[in-house]
Amino acid sequence: MTVTAVARQSTAFALREFRVTRRRQDTRDTATLSLVPVDGVPLAFQAGQFTMVYAFGVGEVPLSISGDPTRDGPLLHTIRDVGGVTHTLTRLRRGDVLGIRGPYGKGWDVADGAGGDVVLVAGGIGLAPLRPALLQILSRRSDYKRVVLLYGTRTPEDALYIDELDRWRGPFDLEVDVTVDYGPPQWRGKVGLVTGLIPRAGFDPATTLALVCGPEAMMRYVASALVDRGVEPSRIRLSMERAMDCGVGLCGHCQLRELFVCVDGPVFGYDRLQRLLWLREV
Amino acid sequence: MSATDIEHRETLRSLLAQHCFTRDLDPAFVDRIVDHARVVTYPEGSTLFSDGAPAQSFHLVIDGRVAIELHSPGRGVQVIDTVEPCETAGWSWLVPPYRWFFSARAVTDVTAVTVDAVALRALADDDPAFGYALLQQVAAVMLERMQATRLRLADMYAVPAS
Repeated sequence: MTVTAVARQSTAFALREFRVTRRRQDTRDTATLSLVPVDGVPLAFQAGQFTMVYAFGVGEVPLSISGDPTRDGPLLHTIRDVGGVTHTLTRLRRGDVLGIRGPYGKGWDVADGAGGDVVLVAGGIGLAPLRPALLQILSRRSDYKRVVLLYGTRTPEDALYIDELDRWRGPFDLEVDVTVDYGPPQWRGKVGLVTGLIPRAGFDPATTLALVCGPEAMMRYVASALVDRGVEPSRIRLSMERAMDCGVGLCGHCQLRELFVCVDGPVFGYDRLQRLLWLREV
Repeated sequence: MSATDIEHRETLRSLLAQHCFTRDLDPAFVDRIVDHARVVTYPEGSTLFSDGAPAQSFHLVIDGRVAIELHSPGRGVQVIDTVEPCETAGWSWLVPPYRWFFSARAVTDVTAVTVDAVALRALADDDPAFGYALLQQVAAVMLERMQATRLRLADMYAVPAS
């Protein structure tokens, strides 16, 4: 290993301390933390990248960044309480300190959609990694034609960023369609799968860049529905969630056959993933 | 046939030519449906059909939203699906015992083409080609609903078991 490679690797593993400046409870089991670096140096990132977040004394997890990549400001992570580390993280308070490594991985490259339509399809917590992409698009709204967000959640109470979705609709000419798996009688919105929104959504498949994030099974069916609608597989991008650990392609925990999700992804073109997504063994 | 009747038939033909359920049917078959259809507006909150009742008509939604509901003792009403424009509310009318298994309620004001299912069943019995064409359309609706239901049963957004 060369001296340069060693230096690059040690930088990649460097743990920085961040302080919680705000905690917002988004849903029953999901919270967003606003974090500022203790050393004062902002963390630059691309939409779709992730960091390794360390709850001291508990453990480390990969988390997508949910903040605005076009603005200096606190680092945002929207975290769902699904295990020991995320349980601790979602309960941190203002002033608490945690560790961050990264950012890591390849992002959405949303600028590739300029000049055409962009459709973002999110399922559940999958809206969090798409939020930076959406904010980047909205910051240069005139570069894009139609921008459509299709969002599926379990129940209306599980929907993220509802206040923001309402704010973006009008001023930014954003088409937002939300559907839930289970609707209480007072719910006036749609009930059904997010895939059901695709056939009639307002976008031109020939010019569309599609960004998809959610449970892997949901992404398989969404990608198929987008292809059925006429979107090129190479213009469909999926964000994969695997057990990223080192973040730099060394440990192999996130290996997906020949791919390392942490460095080759987490965002991949469907043309590259299609074959792997339907293999049970991987 | 009065001028109003002719105008109404033209309206129906035009609506059915665009609706997902009928747009790919042979125009002669569409004409037969027109003979037994009418445009109906259902005010918000009204019931299109109720579970357990005979399935005597079905609804091709043109505008608005219909909730498909399940009433269960102790759990109240659950919305299990919604039907949007270009979708079809009701397919139990073509399959014995011709009885609704769920209820349908207008979430918003709904405009629909409501079709006399009893008449269509009789026509289908008389003309198997027409019946088969109808069955293909209904089967497509059933398949879509069944696949969606199965995927929802998988509860994809739930926290995975550790």
